[in-house]
Amino acid sequence: MSAEKKTITLNMGPQHPSTHGVLRVKLELDGERVVTAEPIIGYLHTGIEKTMESMLYYKVIPATDRIDYLAPMSNNLGYCLAVEKLMDIEVPEKVKWARVCLVELTRVASHLVWLGTHSIDLGAMSMLMYAFRERELIIDLYEACGGQRMMTSYIRIGGLASDLPADFEKKVRNIIKTIREKMKDYDKLLTENPIFIMRTKGVAVISAEEAINYSLSGPMLRGSGVDYDVRKANPYSGYENFDFDVPLGKNGDAYDRYLIRMEEMRQSLNIAEQAIDGMPEGPYRAHVPGVVLPPKEDVLYKMESMIFHFKIITDGFDAPVGSVYQAIESPKGELGFYITGDGTNIPRRVRVRPPSFVNLGSLPVLTEGKLLADVVCAIGSIDIVLGEVDR
Amino acid sequence: MRTELSKFLKSKFAGQLTEQELFRDQQSFVVKPDAIVSVCEALLNDENLEVKFLADITCVDWLGHEQEKQGRFEVVYNLYSYKHSYRFFLKVRLDGENLSVGTLTGLWKGANWLEREVFDLFGIKFEGHPNLTKIVTPDELEGHPLRKDFPLTWEQPVFSWNKDDPPEVRNER
Amino acid sequence: MGLEEKIPDSIILTSLDKMVNWARKRSMWPLGFGLACCAIEMISTFAAHFDLARYGMEVMRASPRQADLMIVAGRVSMKMVPVIKTLYEQMPNPKWVISMGACASCGGVFNNYAILQGVDRIIPVDIYVPGCPPRPEQLMDGILKLQEIVEKDSLKKVHEEWGRKVV
Repeated sequence: MSAEKKTITLNMGPQHPSTHGVLRVKLELDGERVVTAEPIIGYLHTGIEKTMESMLYYKVIPATDRIDYLAPMSNNLGYCLAVEKLMDIEVPEKVKWARVCLVELTRVASHLVWLGTHSIDLGAMSMLMYAFRERELIIDLYEACGGQRMMTSYIRIGGLASDLPADFEKKVRNIIKTIREKMKDYDKLLTENPIFIMRTKGVAVISAEEAINYSLSGPMLRGSGVDYDVRKANPYSGYENFDFDVPLGKNGDAYDRYLIRMEEMRQSLNIAEQAIDGMPEGPYRAHVPGVVLPPKEDVLYKMESMIFHFKIITDGFDAPVGSVYQAIESPKGELGFYITGDGTNIPRRVRVRPPSFVNLGSLPVLTEGKLLADVVCAIGSIDIVLGEVDR
Repeated sequence: MRTELSKFLKSKFAGQLTEQELFRDQQSFVVKPDAIVSVCEALLNDENLEVKFLADITCVDWLGHEQEKQGRFEVVYNLYSYKHSYRFFLKVRLDGENLSVGTLTGLWKGANWLEREVFDLFGIKFEGHPNLTKIVTPDELEGHPLRKDFPLTWEQPVFSWNKDDPPEVRNER
Repeated sequence: MGLEEKIPDSIILTSLDKMVNWARKRSMWPLGFGLACCAIEMISTFAAHFDLARYGMEVMRASPRQADLMIVAGRVSMKMVPVIKTLYEQMPNPKWVISMGACASCGGVFNNYAILQGVDRIIPVDIYVPGCPPRPEQLMDGILKLQEIVEKDSLKKVHEEWGRKVV
């Protein structure tokens, strides 16, 4: 190193306990101060979009699970809503309500993982154990619905994979009751904790104008006080029937984003409760022959259903030429699917608008001129999931 | 918002706007490649429309489809107005050897990574971009994976690293 | 590093084998290293509900220099290949590798340009755990199977086959 060079370059990651996976950050340091922090991504580049563009519309769903693996149901929903828009399918009421209930619980599960990992980065070791303990309840519900713990693929085009399990209501009510109770403990542990406040207040600040300029979405945007939630702005899947608040921050720092995510968890539990209270009766799949798979029970007894089942599974369905975009509010922000049909049974283009990829782009502005230890806090408060950043 | 928007674009950019389409309630406009920056700037600064949110930039490869005649690559800009809760799309069609279009990084800083990703995966050049380099694929990977002529199962093992700096900088250290 | 280097060629080992293997088996330190979806299930395995500490393995080390078990949890992208190889070479002998999940074992559903089709192409793997992602119980089963392997290992054998782990 030459004598006049005053800064040092520090490599962080891709194997580092607080980068939440395989993020790599190239830091330029002047003593303890960060001059620039440049995220280098791609260490989990999976080629998911290319894989999706080689499959029938149905077979894409398992791949969507693996984009944001902390919130698989949100990805399923985003993709299925987009295909339903492309094929012009209207789903039954019960499906909408069940989807909302599941997706909101997914938000809670995703935020729990964020809470655990973010606080372990800042030194609150026990929080991870508590968060994962409560997450197991939601994972159990997934298992009851879709048969697998994480990659459920439960939400399908035109409906659900199967009918809701018999003890669905009991399980959901138990989850809501338990997590509401435990949220009080988290509050005691973190919200008033002076060390936690010192580590997060006034750290990783972004102003409202900058947040909009960096195309941020989700809690990152709302932490700066911009009122944009896809569920309110452009309701999908029947969100207009639910009564909930969108929490907003003032300062745009890591502590505000923490408060927002905690409040979002409470609101999500409220929405899930409303969904389970008002769950209508009805079929769990739309009746659109040739496009939506017939119910599994019918396939075993009815000739036409079996023929359609066979045809859809082997041949898929032909989509019209055109592009649709469907945005949903995933736990990380605005998750969008841009699907282009080209008249064949394979999508021409499936583009995922990844919220954590776009949010991570703001890391340089969050950390510029701050202390080295705050980089960890900034990465944690963005709430990235590398599967979605790199795809 | 829908009629206002098309009126606005038609009045200001009559020569640049080539096509207008409405599919499943989604409005999109096809603009000429050299006009995209000025169109976006006008939309961003208009007090009535307030198109402030650049949600996404992506690209579609139409190789082998009849739409290829109009241009093989279709760069899609996904814009949103908070004020009207309205989303629409601007499309730019590119073809031939010179696959380049103006950058939006001067208007939205968020365009930086989105444009880099399109460059990496499709090979579209964004003129004036401050740091147009690969973002997700390994440095050694040749070609642009999301193009339709790139094979899905192509494997190119990569066994080298420390590619952050060009060799002359590395030797200095 | 390790006891093996210190043993002369002509010694027969019986009780020392047992003692060393018992100690190694009961105090295995995994490298805290997650790649994708499987990493979340790995954390679940280490967390409160499944509690891997029962098998003496709860100490996740952030540095490869202190670890002797690498759990490759998730898909290995081409960009990650040199990193994983380096991490493996940084770990001191004796070391073991568990390939967790379908993607790490064979590429899984991602048979494409970006994913390495099986981590055993670059590092030797002792145990493959199937599943996408495997349940925590499956990972535990894999770890217990690995402990059986460690138990039957002989210092002598490792000494003779030195370089077995180097690819």
